[in-house]
Amino acid sequence: MPNLNRIKAIAEKEVFHILRDSRTLTIIFIMPLLQLIIFGYAMNMEIRQVPLVVDDSALNSSSRALVDAFIHTDYFRLVPKSEGILNPGELFKERRAQATLSIPKGFGKESLTVLLGIDASDPNSAQMIQNYATGIVNTRFAQAGAGINLQPLILYNPDMKSSFFFVPGLIALILVMICALLTSISISREKEMGTMEQILVSPVSATEILLGKVIPYIFLGLMDALLILAVGMLLFQVPFRGEFIVFLGFTFLYVLTSLCLGLLVSTMAKTQQGAMMMALGMTLLPTLLLSGYMFPITSMPVILQKITYIIPARYYLQIIRGIMLKGNNVRHLYQSGLSLLIMSVTMLVIASRRFKLRLS
Amino acid sequence: MIHTEHLVKDFGTFRAVDDINLDIAKGEIFGFLGANGAGKTTAIRMIIGLVLPTSGQIIVDGLDISKGSEKVKHKIGYMSQKFSLYPDLKAIENLEFYAGIYQIPFRQAMKNIQPIIEQFGLQDILKSRTEDLPMGYKQRLSLVASLVHDPPLVFLDEPTSGVDPQARREFWQVINDLAYAGKSVIVSTHFMDEAEYCHRVIIMQDGREVALGNPAELKAEHSSATMQELFLKVLGEDHAKPE
Repeated sequence: MPNLNRIKAIAEKEVFHILRDSRTLTIIFIMPLLQLIIFGYAMNMEIRQVPLVVDDSALNSSSRALVDAFIHTDYFRLVPKSEGILNPGELFKERRAQATLSIPKGFGKESLTVLLGIDASDPNSAQMIQNYATGIVNTRFAQAGAGINLQPLILYNPDMKSSFFFVPGLIALILVMICALLTSISISREKEMGTMEQILVSPVSATEILLGKVIPYIFLGLMDALLILAVGMLLFQVPFRGEFIVFLGFTFLYVLTSLCLGLLVSTMAKTQQGAMMMALGMTLLPTLLLSGYMFPITSMPVILQKITYIIPARYYLQIIRGIMLKGNNVRHLYQSGLSLLIMSVTMLVIASRRFKLRLS
Repeated sequence: MIHTEHLVKDFGTFRAVDDINLDIAKGEIFGFLGANGAGKTTAIRMIIGLVLPTSGQIIVDGLDISKGSEKVKHKIGYMSQKFSLYPDLKAIENLEFYAGIYQIPFRQAMKNIQPIIEQFGLQDILKSRTEDLPMGYKQRLSLVASLVHDPPLVFLDEPTSGVDPQARREFWQVINDLAYAGKSVIVSTHFMDEAEYCHRVIIMQDGREVALGNPAELKAEHSSATMQELFLKVLGEDHAKPE
C-alpha cells in the first residue's frame, strides 16, 4: 500500500522546486498565453474582405441589388475592374481577385443565372467563399428561386465563428502538452542530477514517487486551464454555457491523464532532453491531427479512426466543446470522462511497473 | 551485519565485480580501497540494493537484499559519490525531505543528527540554499542527510573526495563516533592514508579482492611501512594508480 506520509514528503519537496524554478513557472504560465494568442490570431479560419471583381453586363436594378448584397457584407470587398482583363483565370493569376461575379445581359428578366468564379488554389477558402456566396443569394433572393427552398438552422455557433472552435481546442492541446512535459521533466531531471539515487535507496516505492510527483502538478494544470479559459473568453469572446463545476471536474480528469502520460514518458527517457522531445512528440501532433481538433474523426480512414481512441484530447474535446458551447452536463459527458479515467489509471499502473527502483 | 557470498556483477561483457566475499560486523569501520574503476562503487551499490548482482548472495542484518524489502532499506544510510541533495532547496528542507521519506518525525530526525550538525558546525548554514554552500559544507550536509533516520548501517561512497584536509579529519572523527555508537560504517576511498582509520579494508583491483584484513596486519604481512607501499606491493607497480 502506498504510504501517505512519504507521498506527502515528495509532493511538498516538488512544490518547493516549482516555486523556486522560474523556468518551470515560465513553461506553465507564459507558454500557454503565447500559444493562445499566436494560435488564436493566426489560425483564423474565417475569411473576410475577399477581393471580388464584378462584371455586370445587365446594369439594371436586379443586378445592382445582387452586387449590393455581396459587398454590403464583411465577406467581400469590391475591387475596381481594370480595363480589358475580365477573365477570372487572369485575375486570379495576378492575385487581383479571389472571386469574380459575372452577371449576363438580361439578368432579372430572361434569366436568373450568374457566374461565380472562385480561385481554389486554397481549397478551404474557396469552399468558404462558395458557402458565403450561396448564403447571400439564398437569403436575399430565396423568393426568386424556384423549387426546393432550403432553410438552414445553425445551432450553438450561428455565426460560425472559428474562435468558438479553436479556443476549446487550444485548452485541450495546451493542457496535454504542458502537463506531459512537467511530469516527464521533473522525473528525468532527478535521474540526471543523481538525486533519484538517494530516493531509490530509501523505502519509497515506485507508486509513491509517481503519486508524489503528480499531485502538485494537478493543481498547476487546473490553474493553467482556468487561465487559458479566462484569456480565451476575454480575447475571443467564446461563450461558456455549461456549469463551472462540471468543467472543473472533467478538466481534472484530463489533467490527470496528461500528467500520467508524462510519467510514462519519464520511464522511457533517460535525459531531460529526451523526455522533452518524447513528451512533445506524443502530444503535439497527435492532438492537432487525430483528436478531432482540426479534422473531423468521421472523415478519417478507419485505421486512423481506431487510433484516435488512445488520444486523450479526443475525449476532452467532446467534453470541453460540450460544456462551453452546448452547456452539456455530466449526463452527456460521463462516457468521455470514464474513458479519461481508465486511460490515466492504466498509464499510472504501467508507469509504476516500468519504473525501476534499481539503477540499470 | 553484512554478509556477501561470491558477489559478481557483469555489465555486458565487462566484469565490474568478481567474486567478493565479505563479513562486516556491527560497529566496524570497513574500507573499500582501490583505484577508480576497481569496482568499489558497484560493490557498495549492490550491497544497498541499488544494483542487482549478476550472481551471488547478499544478506544485510539477516535479510536478503535482493528481495528489496522496505525493512532493510530503513537500516541503510547512503551518501553517494556524486553530490545529490537538491540544490534549490535550503539545507534544512533537504533534511526535512529525507526525514519525510523515511517517515521520521522531523523533530526526531533533528534530534538524531544534532550532535553531528554541531560537530560539523552546520547550525548557521541550515537556512541557506544548498547550491550556495561551498563544496566542503555540501559534503558534510550529505553525510548528515544520510543519517536522519539513525540507520545501523552507513555507506559512504568517497565521502572525502574534493574536500580539504581539515574537513577530511572532521569526517573521520564523525565516522569514528558513528562506529563507536555501534553503527557499521562502510567507506570507499582512494586516499591511502585514510585506510589507516579503518578497522578492516578490502583492496580491489579490476573487480577482484587483492587483499583483505586489518591495515596494520596487512602492512606487517607484506612488510610495508605505509599503506601507500602496501598498495603498490599488492597491486604490482604497473597497475597501481593511486591519486
